[in-house]
Amino acid sequence: MINSLFEFWPVLWPALAAIGVILAVVPFLGLYMTFVERKIAAYVQDRVGPNRVGPFGLFQAIADGIKIFLKEQLIPDHVFTALYFLAPAFSLITAMFALVVMPFGPVATDYKDGFRFVVAPGIDIGILMMLAISSLSAYGIIIGGWASNNKYSIYGAIRSCAQFISYEIPLGLSILGVIAITGSLNIEKIVEAQSGSLLDWNVFWQPVAMLVFFTAALAETNRLPFDLPECEQELVGGFHTEYSGIKFVLYFLAEYTHIVTVSFLTALLFLGGWHFPGLPGPSGASTPILLLGLGVLLAKVALVVLVIILLRWSLPRFRFDQLMGLAWKGLIPLGLINLVGVAIVLSLGLPKHLLVATVILPVLAAYYSAAKFNASMATTEARRQGLSPQGAVSYE
Amino acid sequence: MSDPQKNDLQKNEAQMNKPSAKKSVKWGEAPKMSILDALYLPAIASGLATAVRHAVSGKATTRQYPEVEPEIPPNYRGVHRLNRDEAGRVKCVACYMCQTACPANCIEIIAAPAPKDDPHWKDRDKFPATFTIDELRCIYCGMCEEACPVDAIELTSIYDLTGMTREEMIFDKEKLLSVFDETVKSGHDPVRTNRGNLGPAAELSPTAKDAPPPPGRGKSG
Ligand code: SF4
Ligand code: SF4
Repeated sequence: MINSLFEFWPVLWPALAAIGVILAVVPFLGLYMTFVERKIAAYVQDRVGPNRVGPFGLFQAIADGIKIFLKEQLIPDHVFTALYFLAPAFSLITAMFALVVMPFGPVATDYKDGFRFVVAPGIDIGILMMLAISSLSAYGIIIGGWASNNKYSIYGAIRSCAQFISYEIPLGLSILGVIAITGSLNIEKIVEAQSGSLLDWNVFWQPVAMLVFFTAALAETNRLPFDLPECEQELVGGFHTEYSGIKFVLYFLAEYTHIVTVSFLTALLFLGGWHFPGLPGPSGASTPILLLGLGVLLAKVALVVLVIILLRWSLPRFRFDQLMGLAWKGLIPLGLINLVGVAIVLSLGLPKHLLVATVILPVLAAYYSAAKFNASMATTEARRQGLSPQGAVSYE
Repeated sequence: MSDPQKNDLQKNEAQMNKPSAKKSVKWGEAPKMSILDALYLPAIASGLATAVRHAVSGKATTRQYPEVEPEIPPNYRGVHRLNRDEAGRVKCVACYMCQTACPANCIEIIAAPAPKDDPHWKDRDKFPATFTIDELRCIYCGMCEEACPVDAIELTSIYDLTGMTREEMIFDKEKLLSVFDETVKSGHDPVRTNRGNLGPAAELSPTAKDAPPPPGRGKSG
């Protein structure tokens, strides 16, 4: 036993170290993302934001953390206790578990023993596993809503269930094109395929896919404009109405972990990951180069996070039928047609940059829906004119 | 052929064709949707642009309250005070006007005849033996100030009134007089009402208008 442990040690310790990094950084990141979000929200709304605790209010996040950990454990009488405790933990566990295959820094496809920026490198079904596990997080919300045993929570849970199921499909469809051309589900390989010039980044030949992916992923994180499961005005707090203190924090961390995951995925799959024109790849690279790659990746991730946060303060919330309509009538057809385009390009052996032409798709869709909308309005108008007593209408 | 609905319609039509009826009806039309509207993306981009523009404008309107106090206008309706006359006696003549005027029923006065044998009080008939105001119940409407015939009760610019118990928020005569002493000493609330000038309490009286802004409260932020 001990012997075999020693035998596996060279394989084991990098994984353990990476797990340690993730476990140490993610909760901290969650706390500080709330701080960043509050600051940005404040600036967008012409306020100052938290500025009392520490310089620039930097310790506000820590104060919040301490406060919420010391809060009373409140268990409402009417909940199903076991499930009630299980749900937030499940939420966070699935959110963290998805990070296992996610490289958070440059990882070479021919990785060696020693520390590397991923828990499990070279997983050949990486992206598939990531999608599978992160969609499990719907259970955390559904179980929580069910266990809370009140109507607002269960409404929130049902909404989130429908939302998750709908947006899983465009999420998968949108990466299929990238996967088909790369020929691998291995995340490191997908990133490796984007090395070289700027134009090799997937976003430059799959812009529509990136759009669909980002929208669907945003919906998966349950954030505005897709935060139907917890919208305050309609559902009090949605699935987490009955949760407070540390149980609420778990949900909260799960949500922010999702944001981190989504941002990393966007950066890795579409924005070239740790590649930047002129920067050598991670294969056999020296430490400074690796750190530079890490910086590049983190900068891209920060950019995506910033966009996600800013979007929250720019867009109103969807209505539920609009939410469903966007997935089923908008994103899924777009993703499908994009995939067909990829298939054509692949089978005819054409250059993949022809796929930039897919940007015509959303424009066509918009043209179609605008024409349809105007036609329907015209019919309504005609009907109203027909009904109006004097036959013709005078506009004044 | 003569179905009643049609008749109604015709009658309606005759009515609607009258010039007056035509003028009163306005039909609106839904604006046409363009491709750009249906694409959503330009709208999202402009929303993001608005957010970013505000974020980088650096024009936060927040006032750092405890450090920077707000500028209080001299006719502000804050905590009450009972004014003193030139001899330092309470100016109030216990006429009950304020108690009657108060919509919140928070003033309670017990009148007493002025001690005639005391030379200090010989020109006065009545004075309030007790005078209490429940500052928690008060709605700070200023009716008491307006009702007082001798400018004895006034509201001040003290806005940050706090207390640990309900009892300490019930101000008695001594407390109200001490508010007068304090506010007059610090100079931020000159006697503001004008005998004979009726008007809303929040109207600036000439004395209040000329007064310097409350010290320590003039910093704008
Ligand atoms: S301010 Fe209004 S409510 Fe307050 S004591 Fe005077 S009259 Fe009553
Ligand atoms: S404060 Fe003025 S109105 Fe009130 S009892 Fe005294 S004199 Fe009368």
